[in-house]
Amino acid sequence: MNIHEYQAKEIFRKAGIPIPPGDVAHTPAEAEALARKFGGTVVIKAQVHTGGRGKAGGVKLAKNPAEAKELASRILGMTIKDLVVQTVLVTPAAEIATEAYAGIIVDRASKRAVFMVSPAGGIDIEEVAEKTPDKIMRLPVDPRYGLLEFQALQMGLFLYKDAKQARAAAKILKQLYAAFTASGASLAEINPLVTTPAGEVVALDAKMVVDDNELDRLPEIAGLRDESAEAPSEVMARKANLTFIKLDGNVGCVVNGAGLAMATMDLVKYYGGEPANFLDIGGSSNPEKVVNALKIITSDPSVKAILFNIFGGITRTDDVANGIVTATKQNPLKVPIVIRLTGTNEEIAVKILSENGFTAMTDMDEAVQKAVQLATGGKAA
Amino acid sequence: MSIFIDKSTKLVIQGITGRDGSFHAKQMIEYGTSVVAGVTPGKGGQKFEGTLPIYDTVAQAVQATGANTSVIYVPPMYAADAMLEAADAGVALIVCITEGVPVLDMMRVYPYVKEKGARLIGPNCPGLITPGMSKVGIIPGRICTAGPVGLVSRSGTLTYEIVNQLTNAGIGQTTCVGIGGDPINGTNFIDCLAAFEADPHTKAVAMMGEIGGTDEQEAAAFVKAHMKKPVVGFIAGQTAPPGRRMGHAGAIISGSAGTAAEKIQAFEDAGIGVAKRPKDVVGLLRKHIS
Repeated sequence: MNIHEYQAKEIFRKAGIPIPPGDVAHTPAEAEALARKFGGTVVIKAQVHTGGRGKAGGVKLAKNPAEAKELASRILGMTIKDLVVQTVLVTPAAEIATEAYAGIIVDRASKRAVFMVSPAGGIDIEEVAEKTPDKIMRLPVDPRYGLLEFQALQMGLFLYKDAKQARAAAKILKQLYAAFTASGASLAEINPLVTTPAGEVVALDAKMVVDDNELDRLPEIAGLRDESAEAPSEVMARKANLTFIKLDGNVGCVVNGAGLAMATMDLVKYYGGEPANFLDIGGSSNPEKVVNALKIITSDPSVKAILFNIFGGITRTDDVANGIVTATKQNPLKVPIVIRLTGTNEEIAVKILSENGFTAMTDMDEAVQKAVQLATGGKAA
Repeated sequence: MSIFIDKSTKLVIQGITGRDGSFHAKQMIEYGTSVVAGVTPGKGGQKFEGTLPIYDTVAQAVQATGANTSVIYVPPMYAADAMLEAADAGVALIVCITEGVPVLDMMRVYPYVKEKGARLIGPNCPGLITPGMSKVGIIPGRICTAGPVGLVSRSGTLTYEIVNQLTNAGIGQTTCVGIGGDPINGTNFIDCLAAFEADPHTKAVAMMGEIGGTDEQEAAAFVKAHMKKPVVGFIAGQTAPPGRRMGHAGAIISGSAGTAAEKIQAFEDAGIGVAKRPKDVVGLLRKHIS
């Protein structure tokens, strides 16, 4: 789960990390009022779940409240990588002497949380990593001991020559590690970590991604989810316990299992079509899940044909067949449907479907070809 | 022959009285797996289906029955503890089916299991099957048949799809292993490839990967350096959209976006035959085992 910068900052602040004040605005007038409250120059920052906000024009400096209002009215409502900005963070502009980077992420290869720090922070950190890898220090943390004092200081000294600043950074890294583990995060990042002309070390940005599997035991973190920042179809799918990602094509896919779902999308493309979505109905499907899946798929006007690809293991194919029958009785389909199912209770499923006027196929390739043909009006091979 | 499980496998089922645990316990017993015990804390002394003894702890089950393998069907928040308990009880092979285990839990489980000398498969995996001998997990038994191909996969139903096509084409399997797709898992591609290379009955290996991470690239390097047996591969997710990535750390840490194109290239560079469609795995393998 992604959380917003202002939410991550609040978590970091509670962990003790020095972060300048700031507050969120949903309207230009609110932004103006906040600029007046803080006084001086403020930064207006778009709150959306994506990187590259600055380069997209979603981060601006405002010298006075009137300008804050004007800039907020431009940023609110703008679209950054398909996401509409609905909230801005208003924060006093900081004076910056140096910019560093500090991040911690779960690393699949070492099976540990790994710190990465660099004295060359800012928006081009990925380029730094690629071109001058020696400017990045990596440090895997043993989960049994946590981040040790000397390790934190090693990183602090890698960032800053000044011993006082190095110690301040070490303290921040320990606090960052504590926030990371307590929040069930898979990523926590400060970019930039700056020094001010007065020599203080301060975090100016905050990012955090939370492991979805943690949300059941961390209700406070789960409460940070901002549904208005997510695609409505994806919110609906999550509530129905389905995994759904909207794509640009016209073949709506309903599949059980992520690997088979991806392989099905690939096959749609292989036979000359374009998948409209990724949709995984999961392992133990019941008819209700199928009904919800069909609702989501048919609400997308670009879908010209629907393809079911079900390999019944735990999933009972008769459950899927019943779901299709129920859903299409409630909302008759306006586009053709191709159903491929095989595995557990296949005979019962085929019987249910044929009694209700559907044809079931057993071969994956044939079904995909047929769905592509129907979606493209018979033009593709 | 086979890897990891065979006729000598003696299985204890953790979470045997739960909905999934009891359903799959019956399936495994029916398949012929030597299931020797179940574990559900608080239900020690009872019998599953009137015959199979249930114990409160894995240690008791191991002591009483000599179980050497465990399969875990407990809810995600308790799965980490179940894995630790099995490792502590001296179980040599631990298979965790549970989906949704927090990755920070797995970070603690992995080194502990390693220290105890146990092998962990999963979590979030379908388990494994040695056709005709033993099934540990949830892979449907009837789609498998004994034969010369070793299969390892990150996915569940895609594995079934390919195993089914192999069986229909008359190509049997030594062992099929689903290693799971979680960021931190106990057994990776390389562990399985090395085991298949050492297994005298495995003549060729099929490896099903997917997008994300660099496991497939590392596996390809292993194949190139250490394997004499032919390997055939498939990568799912060629049409998947690039992730809505947050932050920079993901790209920096692996130096790779984990795309299908990268992985296919790595396979080809290592001399691994790459199937364009799942069904092409059958044709590629046939060349090596006839």
